[in-house]
Amino acid sequence: MILTVNHVTTYEYDAPMRAAVQSLRLFPSRFDGQRTIQWSVEVEGGTRGGSFRDGAGDKVEGWSIRGPVSAVTISVSGQVDTADTAGVLRGHRESVSPLAYLRETTATWQSAEIRDLAQKAAKGATDALDRAHRLSNAVAEAIAYRPGTTTAHTTAAEALAQGEGVCQDHAHALIACARVLGMPARYVSGYLFAREDGEPHEAAHAWAEIWVENIGWIGFDPANQCCPDARFIRLGSGLDAREAAPIKGVAQGEGAERLDVTVALEAVQQ
Amino acid sequence: MTEYFNEMYEGGKVREPYRRLEDWTKAMPAELRAMKQAEAEALFRRIGITFAVYGEGGDPDRLIPFDMFPRVFTQTEWRKLERGIKQRARALNAFLLDVYGRAEIVRAGKIPGRLVFQNEAFERAVTGFTPPRGIYSHIVGIDIVRTGPDEFFVLEDNCRTPSGVSYMLENREIMMRMFPQLFRENRIEPVDGYADALRRTLASVAPSKCDREPNIGILTPGHYNSAYYEHSFLADLMGVELVEGADLFVEGGFVWMRTTEGPKKLDVIYRRIDDAFLDPLCFRPDSMLGIPGLMDVYRSGGVSICSAPGAGVADDKAVYTFVPEMVRFYLGEEPLLNNVPTWQCAKEDDCKYVLEHMGELVVKEVHGSGGYGMLVGPKSTTEQIEAFRAKVAAHPENYIAQPTLALSTTPTFVQEGIAPRHVDLRPYCLVGEKIELVPGGLTRVALKEGSLVVNSSQGGGVKDTWVLAE
Repeated sequence: MILTVNHVTTYEYDAPMRAAVQSLRLFPSRFDGQRTIQWSVEVEGGTRGGSFRDGAGDKVEGWSIRGPVSAVTISVSGQVDTADTAGVLRGHRESVSPLAYLRETTATWQSAEIRDLAQKAAKGATDALDRAHRLSNAVAEAIAYRPGTTTAHTTAAEALAQGEGVCQDHAHALIACARVLGMPARYVSGYLFAREDGEPHEAAHAWAEIWVENIGWIGFDPANQCCPDARFIRLGSGLDAREAAPIKGVAQGEGAERLDVTVALEAVQQ
Repeated sequence: MTEYFNEMYEGGKVREPYRRLEDWTKAMPAELRAMKQAEAEALFRRIGITFAVYGEGGDPDRLIPFDMFPRVFTQTEWRKLERGIKQRARALNAFLLDVYGRAEIVRAGKIPGRLVFQNEAFERAVTGFTPPRGIYSHIVGIDIVRTGPDEFFVLEDNCRTPSGVSYMLENREIMMRMFPQLFRENRIEPVDGYADALRRTLASVAPSKCDREPNIGILTPGHYNSAYYEHSFLADLMGVELVEGADLFVEGGFVWMRTTEGPKKLDVIYRRIDDAFLDPLCFRPDSMLGIPGLMDVYRSGGVSICSAPGAGVADDKAVYTFVPEMVRFYLGEEPLLNNVPTWQCAKEDDCKYVLEHMGELVVKEVHGSGGYGMLVGPKSTTEQIEAFRAKVAAHPENYIAQPTLALSTTPTFVQEGIAPRHVDLRPYCLVGEKIELVPGGLTRVALKEGSLVVNSSQGGGVKDTWVLAE
């Protein structure tokens, strides 16, 4: 499937800032499930810094913007040819040991409820792959998809306690559960073209990857109760949402920030 | 009663390296000694060399007590130590390069992967990046204790930013000023080449994008930091910039320093702040000390950071037990310096032994430093031991234990005259294009009678450390 992406993020400040610095993880991963046809990332009025591919295989690029800055606009556009790999991250080059993804973070803190959910869900599982699927289903059941009920700082434990959340909360909860069982797990950020029911879903998306011995990293999307397929574009990963964030930035100054994001995905008719 | 090795007197006789010092002390009446001690303290105060101790209250600018009685090594003793220290520094660097790369040592089953990859000091963010010359730790501080004429043991490794080298240099400076005749009578190897050697080391690891004489800066958290004196002292000696995070910014893939003549590119940063505070975009988002975007510049080859972020994983006290294995694995050599035998409470059998023998052992927190969070069994009360036993039983994986070592003593000036006090040694090994070690180091002395804890935060002092020329 050929997907066209247009993603514009604008930070507006009510008072001009002295300077801004960004670290962008906004480039499609290289693996068997996707091939980049064309891709461009621009920061209006900014200076491009160094770029590199990290040990997890993500491309990262630094940008800086000299002050006074009253708005920062990051524009991403491009085309990616995607294929369904049944969620398996095949052909992805990375050097980090999966064992590095067993660490707890604030967002993926393992509360008693998280531990309980993980252990109950795993009961009767035939193997690691089955266990991962059961965990993903259990998280989808335990946390209803309800936008606006959580924030960027909500932890997995909090989302589980209130029983509702968005894709970020689903991913965090699944990661925390997998780590309870000693399975390395990580947060993945990217784009999703449409929802399972065919309704257009024009937004940035997030899911989880779980390490399954003898297969490798496999994506699970509890929010849509599926594994990532040709409708997904994978950008980057990390221990949690904060680490995997496609855009990390710091602006120096006293102004308050207002964020505006538009993401448009279209499938090219072939 | 434990027998302690006295570095000056052995079997009632004065050991060779201390021969001339005996005459020196005999010729010094008590009043003169008191006068000299007061003079030394005044000098230290005037220079401004003080050391703040956290969590103890009192005067944050109090002096580390300086003991005028030098600690002496023969050339033969030092050569042996030097070979062992350099070997260890090479092995530790090879380990760091490996675990942030293919981790062959883990694949070979020589060290458990969880100990490395689940370690808090393991920085996933730098995997796959090779720093210039493949060096992670450019200044390796190796803490060494002695238990006999030929018995030396490594207590711990400090691959991040070992402090205290300014004391090594100042102690010498002050001894030379106060007792010039001592330096005429004894042929003592100089230590003042340290600053040049450090500068050479830092310059030799300039990033690939730097095509001229590199600009070097020392990054300090600021003057509230306990080691701020050392940061400014070293910057002065080397003739390099002393900077804080707010003085720096990133642009176009480089790090720039704000100056009155406009921005100046900085190529090598000798950082004296922890990984967590280096860059709010990569590590702790609330850090006010670091430089946003620094890690992106570092990982794209625009600046060098010494020590490299992530070096701390080699300092871990549980990883420490595997250093002899690293020497064999990477260098194909037998370790010249031994580790202290260590029980890892994470292992069930070891933990059982530790809980049963707590009163005889030194028990340490795996991530602790500075003498905090440790128990010296033989020197503790029953209540202290019981309190610690509960902590170990609750979180065994956080603790290791070692036998109480019979640390050597050297003569030390005390209220009543001269008395033996326990000492350790921290040499500073420099790793760059070459591996260099100035002949000397920081000797720390436990000033309290019978105390085995030499940390300055626990009432330790310092001494000038001599290596005699042949």
